[in-house]
Amino acid sequence: MTSLDSANQKPHAWLARQSRWSPLEIAFWLATLLPFYFFPTYLTLASQIAITALFAISVDLILGYAGIVTLGHAMFFGLGAYAAGLLSVYGWGEPISGLLFAAAIAGLAGWLASFVIVRVQHLALIMITLGLGFLTYELANAMTWLTGGTDGLRGIRTWPIFNYFRFDLWGYTAYSYSLAALFLGFLLSRRIVNSSFGLALRGVRENVRRMPAIGSDYRRHLQKIYVISAAIAGTAGGLLAQTTNVVALDALGFQRSADVVVMLILGGTGRLYGAIVGAVIFLVARDQLAGINPQYWYFWIGLLLMFVVLVMPKGILGGLASLAARWRGRG
Amino acid sequence: MSEAVLRTQALRKNFGSLEVARDISLALPRGCRHALIGPNGAGKTTLINLITGQIKPDAGTITLEGEDITAAPAAARVRKGLTRTFQINTLFPDLTPLEAVTLAICERERVAAQFWRGLASQGAIVDESIAILERLGLGNAATRATRTLPYGQQRLLEIALALATRPKVLLLDEPAAGVPKDESAMLFDVIASLPDDISVLFIEHDMDIVFRFATQIIVMVSGGVLLEADPQTVRDDPRVREVYLGSSGHG
Repeated sequence: MTSLDSANQKPHAWLARQSRWSPLEIAFWLATLLPFYFFPTYLTLASQIAITALFAISVDLILGYAGIVTLGHAMFFGLGAYAAGLLSVYGWGEPISGLLFAAAIAGLAGWLASFVIVRVQHLALIMITLGLGFLTYELANAMTWLTGGTDGLRGIRTWPIFNYFRFDLWGYTAYSYSLAALFLGFLLSRRIVNSSFGLALRGVRENVRRMPAIGSDYRRHLQKIYVISAAIAGTAGGLLAQTTNVVALDALGFQRSADVVVMLILGGTGRLYGAIVGAVIFLVARDQLAGINPQYWYFWIGLLLMFVVLVMPKGILGGLASLAARWRGRG
Repeated sequence: MSEAVLRTQALRKNFGSLEVARDISLALPRGCRHALIGPNGAGKTTLINLITGQIKPDAGTITLEGEDITAAPAAARVRKGLTRTFQINTLFPDLTPLEAVTLAICERERVAAQFWRGLASQGAIVDESIAILERLGLGNAATRATRTLPYGQQRLLEIALALATRPKVLLLDEPAAGVPKDESAMLFDVIASLPDDISVLFIEHDMDIVFRFATQIIVMVSGGVLLEADPQTVRDDPRVREVYLGSSGHG
């Protein structure tokens, strides 16, 4: 009987291991504090990276886990940015409630869009997300009275966090704030992917045809994750508005939607950390390459993208993981 | 005869001018082990698709335990206890069998949408998942990715996924398709040992297996039921010999 019990414990232990914090993860999050001490002049960039990483995580939840390919997710990022920005312009600059407002507006838009999104697949799905993105962009462009149009939304004033921490010129507060938001968003996402819901999403990604045959209303799962993802993307947009005090139209633009997918492919989809690593690589590369030649830096991104897709089809983290597995197998 | 769990009444389906289901009326009693046989293109898989809701019938009704389910979506039918397996593996390649079966149980228990609760904390569900895998001899493969499993084990996982939905009626579409003969006998031993309250209808081409495991045989030809009878009657029926076994009759 004892031997049977211990045999039964093995799968339990395996499941528990899938969601356990590894030392590498803890080291990674400690490393996010390094810019405070070693790169104090780069805190503004670090803040941009944290915001973009949060955005990339929101896309990974639908693209990497649920298999919903999107080229229009900047729509929710931009809606969040305008929501938080407008709230401040019209007199309420408290940052945390502003972020919640941004998340709610983007989540609501995500909920409306989800009814269409879960009914289409493949190329049609990409085109629908692209179309929704264009619609939102041109609406914001046309509604100059509200959004400021091509001039951008100005006059945002963000109050100190907890009425105490002012946003300083160097970006100490901005990076702390963005990093905290990224970490919370990451914790939420990590919880989701390690839950039965996360398993159901992977089921949809792996074989959508089988899902009804095991009794799953999988479209409701997809709607749910789409709303969550839109709300997180909106939070990231709200962060950008609050930390830079301006919202430009490109917050909603196609370029941002495409860039975030490139980051995910670079870092590796379906593993959350791939989103963060992809954002770091993309934005650091842009910062460095634009310093050398501000016009042609996408050339190098294109080269890097092709290299990764050909050599490491599961992204940089996926490639490292399989290298590590091979090394362990040999050792 | 015990009461029918699943009943189809004059089920009809045309694909253009092709009649794939001609007024099919069947009744599966509780705990039955029925075989569905017939030459290729007879409409056996189409019938399963009709019953489980993958395709909609042009006419006729389907009732499960007296309830009309003709218009119910496929997933709803599964939750009522009407489950199928697929002739071609329809699995989750990157999930482990443990995860796949656990997912099916989570859907059955309506907890699959709980995103705030860690999977590892669903102890009872994981226990049940392990028990199902052990029953099908997949205990040792539980934590390996499905795509790395040998084909025979993937066929067993097809059945494990179906069992996880706790079916009242189980429709098996060629469960042993592509499996070597010695292994397929093992697979049907598993099917034969399923609980008595599950009604099973299986499609199978191997006549030895059909005559060994089926208590009743339904013979389909070009979209219609030619004959439904016990194995001995089917074996002796001249029409069956002609259209299915061939005139030489090697049954």
